[in-house]
Amino acid sequence: MTAVFLGIPTAPRGVGHLRGDQSFPDAAREALRDGQLRANLGHATSTIRGKRAAVAAELPDWAELRAAAKAIKTATMARLDEHLLVLERQVTARGGTVHWARDANEANAIVTRLVQATGADEVVKVKSMATQEIGLNEALEAAGIAAHETDLAELIVQLGEDKPSHILVPAIHKNRAEIREIFLRTMPGVDPTLTDEPRRLAMAARAHLRERFLRARVAISGANFAVAETGTLAVVESEGNGRMCLTLPQTLITVMGIEKVVPTWRDLEVFLQLLPRSSTGERMNPYTSMWAGVIPGDGPQEFHLVLLDNGRTATLADEIGREALHCIRCSACLNVCPVYERTGGHAYGSVYPGPIGAVLSPQLTGVEDNASLPYASSLCGACYDVCPVAIDIPSILVHLRAEHVEAQQHTTPEAVAFRALSKAMSSPRLWHLAQKAAGLGRFLSRGKATLPAALPPPASKWTRTRDLPTPPAKTFTSQWAEEHRS
Amino acid sequence: MSARDEVLARIRTALGDELPVLAPVVRDYRTADDLPPGDPALLDLLVDRLEDYKATVVRCGPDEVAASVAARVPPGDVVVAPGLPAAWRPDGATEDDGRPAVELASAAAAVTGVAVAVAETGTLFLDGSPVSGRRALSLLPDFLVCVVTADQVVGGVPAGLSRVNPVAPLTMISGPSATSDIELERVEGVHGPRTLVVVLVT
Repeated sequence: MTAVFLGIPTAPRGVGHLRGDQSFPDAAREALRDGQLRANLGHATSTIRGKRAAVAAELPDWAELRAAAKAIKTATMARLDEHLLVLERQVTARGGTVHWARDANEANAIVTRLVQATGADEVVKVKSMATQEIGLNEALEAAGIAAHETDLAELIVQLGEDKPSHILVPAIHKNRAEIREIFLRTMPGVDPTLTDEPRRLAMAARAHLRERFLRARVAISGANFAVAETGTLAVVESEGNGRMCLTLPQTLITVMGIEKVVPTWRDLEVFLQLLPRSSTGERMNPYTSMWAGVIPGDGPQEFHLVLLDNGRTATLADEIGREALHCIRCSACLNVCPVYERTGGHAYGSVYPGPIGAVLSPQLTGVEDNASLPYASSLCGACYDVCPVAIDIPSILVHLRAEHVEAQQHTTPEAVAFRALSKAMSSPRLWHLAQKAAGLGRFLSRGKATLPAALPPPASKWTRTRDLPTPPAKTFTSQWAEEHRS
Repeated sequence: MSARDEVLARIRTALGDELPVLAPVVRDYRTADDLPPGDPALLDLLVDRLEDYKATVVRCGPDEVAASVAARVPPGDVVVAPGLPAAWRPDGATEDDGRPAVELASAAAAVTGVAVAVAETGTLFLDGSPVSGRRALSLLPDFLVCVVTADQVVGGVPAGLSRVNPVAPLTMISGPSATSDIELERVEGVHGPRTLVVVLVT
């Protein structure tokens, strides 16, 4: 069953950051020409891969935790409406206010209205994928409200007027020298002797944001988890910028995808072990904040929770694809992906890059709006192996490819080719003839192991990104017949 | 239709009429500790993990806490959690009196207790109780001292989470503030306290 058939709307066009301006192959071609980008990504992803593998191997029950995580997520999705209602009741009972948003536009409008009601013209923000997804900063800016990103990587992206390229480390495509240059250019009053030593750069960010934290009246966050039975929200972070935002301002607005709910407090004992080891490769991230509603005398005295759909219910309608909603945004699949490591995150066009993005973005937007993403993979399966909640990303990719092919209005050359191949393969006589014809391809190869990439169209669409082996001088069957003639 | 009703209706449409019978979640991972709280092996593990995160650990006896704290804190105002036992307070320390949170930023150091500590991950749980203090206290001063008693040290994350109140304002602290945002290399000390000292009372 698909969302289109059931009439469930996907994430609307014209708002947010789920769609790129270019198809993945076109954007990737540009990215691949950027040697600096490839060097930065190669260095960063190989560092984190080693750390993740070491700390995951340290837990003797990693496989059992992973299986439990998958089971919890599957069970949660199967009764998602009930869990959200329990969460709403608990948050409300503890002094919070729950808002529901059908899509990005509605969520942006709700948050803008809530900020305006406080009279503030600026907000501090904790790094949040959901607010990136809906383009909240742009919406606030349009309403005259300045949104200050406080996560170091988000700050680098914001100051550099750049786009995030990784779920966990949005500035992964920048190296220390490039970051230093951005800080020197954009931070008012920055020490001109700033070096590119990471510690010095982190201190510059601390100085830049300190006063903003202390004066902020409104903060906006996402949520890693929301426990239905207790109404507890959880934000996992490293720097303390999250704690600043969640603790100091008078008003806190949390925007959360509806799939982030978990039924019970106990479920956190699974996810809080899997997430830090999978994302930063640490046994535990430096800070995790948890709160339920409003706590008198401690932290924000006004709390709003915005529950966001924006294509999630459409994703839920797909019995195979819904597994993408299990994602806890650790980014382990990005770090192991041979495609991501070479192209970087921008090529995916969505705030959700890498393998998980290739299955999530097309479902949130409808596959026709991100049609090239399900093909942005070699199906090697490394993403599935490292996924802490065991999302079978390769199978969803294949499923979405099939959905995309079926949705084609016009017959593609590829479809014609495969139809002809299917016909040939079902007739021994035709197959024999086809093999002989393929042997002619040897003339094109001029003795090389692969055919030239510059075949004429439409064949070039295939050979441009794939090596087509030169057909052998003899097929297996003809060689077999020769050797066994006697 | 309200947004709430519409989102709920979409979920029900997406799931279909026939709700699957759900198998219970199998929890065959380690749900309980092998060792009792405060076991010497757990204390050693906690110290190892904390030091790996560049926290400083000081072990001392029950009578030496105040002196151990005093020997470590930098000169200047030391603010302690309102429920911190008198025997843990260094001379001249002031109690967090509920002043506007931003005023805590100028203090030289803060001293708090904890609710529980998880050895395997090197994690301290602060729960907003009088001994842990409010969240801003363990956040704004640049130097944080947490006093942990041996009986508060458990093995794994499940044991830790089962000992705290889910609706309390909880902060899990694993080492000083850090970032991995520059080339995915860990650097200690960003917005939270740049120095974390753990006094382990044995």
